[in-house]
Amino acid sequence: MRHGKYPFIIGFLVVPVALYATFVVAAYIQTFQLSLTSWSGLGKIDYIGFDNFVKLWHDDVFWKSIKHNLFLLILLPIITIVIALVFAFLLNVGGGHKGGQTRGVWGSKVYRIIFFFPQLLALAIVAVIFGRVFGPDKSGMLNGLFPASWKPWLFLADERYAMACILIVLVWQAVGFYVVLFSAGMGSISTDIYEAAALDGATRITLFFRITVPLLWSTIQVAWVYLGIAAFDAFALVNIMTVDRGGPNGASSVLSLMIYRNAFDFSQAGYACALGVVLFFLTLTFAALTLRVTRRDSVEA
Amino acid sequence: MTEIFAKTEVDRRTLLRRAAAVGMLATPAVGLLSACVGGGEDEPTTQSTGTKSADNPLGIDTKAGVEIVIFNGGLGTAYATDVDTPLFNKKWADAKITYSATEQISTVIQPRINAGSPPDMINNSGSNLMDFGAIVKAGQAADLTDLFAAPSWDVAGKTVAETLVPGAVQQGTYDGKPFAMNYSYTVFGLWYNKKLFEKNSWTIPTTWADFTALLDKIKAAGITPFGYAGANASYYMVRALLTSAAKIGTEQSLKDIDNLKPGAWTADPIKQAAQAWGEVGNKYINKTFLGLKHTEVQLQQDQDKVAFYPCGSWLENEQAKDTPAGFEYAVAAFPSVTAADKLPATAINAAAGEIYFAAAKGKNPQGGKEYLRAMLSKEAALGFTKLTKSLTVVAGASDGQTISPGLTSANDMLTKAGQDVFVGYLFDTWYKKLDDESRGAVNDLMFKGGDAQKFCDRMEAASQAVAKDSSITKFTRS
Repeated sequence: MRHGKYPFIIGFLVVPVALYATFVVAAYIQTFQLSLTSWSGLGKIDYIGFDNFVKLWHDDVFWKSIKHNLFLLILLPIITIVIALVFAFLLNVGGGHKGGQTRGVWGSKVYRIIFFFPQLLALAIVAVIFGRVFGPDKSGMLNGLFPASWKPWLFLADERYAMACILIVLVWQAVGFYVVLFSAGMGSISTDIYEAAALDGATRITLFFRITVPLLWSTIQVAWVYLGIAAFDAFALVNIMTVDRGGPNGASSVLSLMIYRNAFDFSQAGYACALGVVLFFLTLTFAALTLRVTRRDSVEA
Repeated sequence: MTEIFAKTEVDRRTLLRRAAAVGMLATPAVGLLSACVGGGEDEPTTQSTGTKSADNPLGIDTKAGVEIVIFNGGLGTAYATDVDTPLFNKKWADAKITYSATEQISTVIQPRINAGSPPDMINNSGSNLMDFGAIVKAGQAADLTDLFAAPSWDVAGKTVAETLVPGAVQQGTYDGKPFAMNYSYTVFGLWYNKKLFEKNSWTIPTTWADFTALLDKIKAAGITPFGYAGANASYYMVRALLTSAAKIGTEQSLKDIDNLKPGAWTADPIKQAAQAWGEVGNKYINKTFLGLKHTEVQLQQDQDKVAFYPCGSWLENEQAKDTPAGFEYAVAAFPSVTAADKLPATAINAAAGEIYFAAAKGKNPQGGKEYLRAMLSKEAALGFTKLTKSLTVVAGASDGQTISPGLTSANDMLTKAGQDVFVGYLFDTWYKKLDDESRGAVNDLMFKGGDAQKFCDRMEAASQAVAKDSSITKFTRS
């Protein structure tokens, strides 16, 4: 038995590891290497030490982008998880308790499909649709709904609100998926626990905070990491929706967009790689921190 | 859906701009790339030649075939198959034209150049075009000096060069020798609905005072007097502003900008132009346009909600589907800003694009050039304009023709400008970062208060930052 174990495991692993090594690890190593060059993306490669990082330190757009990524990093997970938890709770447990079964609110099956729907749309399409929702004149959906006497809101064209608009779209798109994720988590919580709590006279709110959330903690933790990583991206939305891609005046610039623009628009691949390195460490730090901070002894059901 | 993806739209506009830019690069840096088109250098090829005569100024072998490759894009290919080739064969019936078209010029042509057997005449265009500077550096493009000096195909008593618009030959010149023929021609100006203006008896202004007086009248009529799309087409406004600057201080102002000369952006002509346009932004623009895309503003103009729109001559064709019956595109030169403008009010910005060249190491380079001579005839140029709704560098080829109202108007504007036509600026394709900054800066100027000094200072700082950045390849022009 023991004899054939290693060839078997190696046989399984060799293809994925090779793929991972070629397309992920090697690419990362190259990014690190190129971040020390002034490469334009074509032709000769010159090493310039840490000049790119010095330049980056003095780059206003870089700090703006970091700020915007942090804005998303803090708000996107919180808002999405809160909304998704509430919805999932209502869909699964919110209908109360009848005939020995916890149920969702009336019509929860329909809601579940509706909530999941945004997830099915390609991000580019979502961006285009919301481009119209946030249209800056009366043809925009929101401005059209406002009273005629109001001056149109500029939304994406207003430096103050551009990032908030992006956040709203990200939340709108993400909620459905996490409703499903949390629903699955809630499904695995034994109904006995709810029953027992209900017998003790717990209200729905108590049920939510004392039973659902603690028992779902590991799922929430995963959701947090996923959403945090999504907050470091946001590339497609910003690229398609915003004024002059990342504007006005860098008011909606994010790191991923900056990397893309430097690499492919500004022919500064070396600088873009330096940004990539920064993003790599930021994402890594975030994931490590989240897992550490949210570590809790999971409650045994 | 192309308008959604602000960047991926590689339509005619971008292509023309790109092609024009490639045509102008004197390219210090592209030498790096020349390695990839440097093959076949030492191969002695037997090239067809004939005897030069008055009828055969380029001395082609009248029996040798000519192979041409056309880019199949926004302009189509019918002009080559239905106009140019028949015209060529009418004169040289024994020279067989081998024609093919492709959407991937670089993929198809570059290996053939490397293998030493390129086609004789190539239309280097599209998003996959070859770096023309590199081709010139590698000695793969035929010197077109004899073509431009040869008598015109169908204009008696003039050389080919003499039949072209000012700057056309210069735009394809590298280190003093012409290698490219830039065939199509884009003119820039203020576009408006002629019918609307006639109905209201609004006349086209030539001075800034008349211009703002007219904008007041238009505003009183409940129409947005002037507009452009801030979300993805603010570079139309950059062009308007810099065209005005060039009128105040001649094209030298723009050359200084392209050459990243210190103080180029804070020079008086730029400041005066920014001041004048900033006021237009303050008083006459619809502030919501900052968040709109070019198609949305252009549609509003088609609905007579916007009077003046700064754009290039592709506009009419681009909007063809949305233009209602009562709408007739016309274009006017930007009015003079001051009484002391160095260029007249009729001066305009126009640039040639779409490179055609003869391969230096093909079997029949003279035949390729002769094909170009046919294309540069008045007859072929008119055919091209009719089929593509684009003007060509052949001066006055479509004079007196009614092809479309906008094109006629553009042609009139060009005629009135005479010699006062300038190529404009190239920094937007040379230094994308500066281009990016100019878009943000012009949006601030036009939508947020019209502070000319702030515009100039911001651009000057960005320009000097590019100049100091050693990782950016620099270009110069004169």
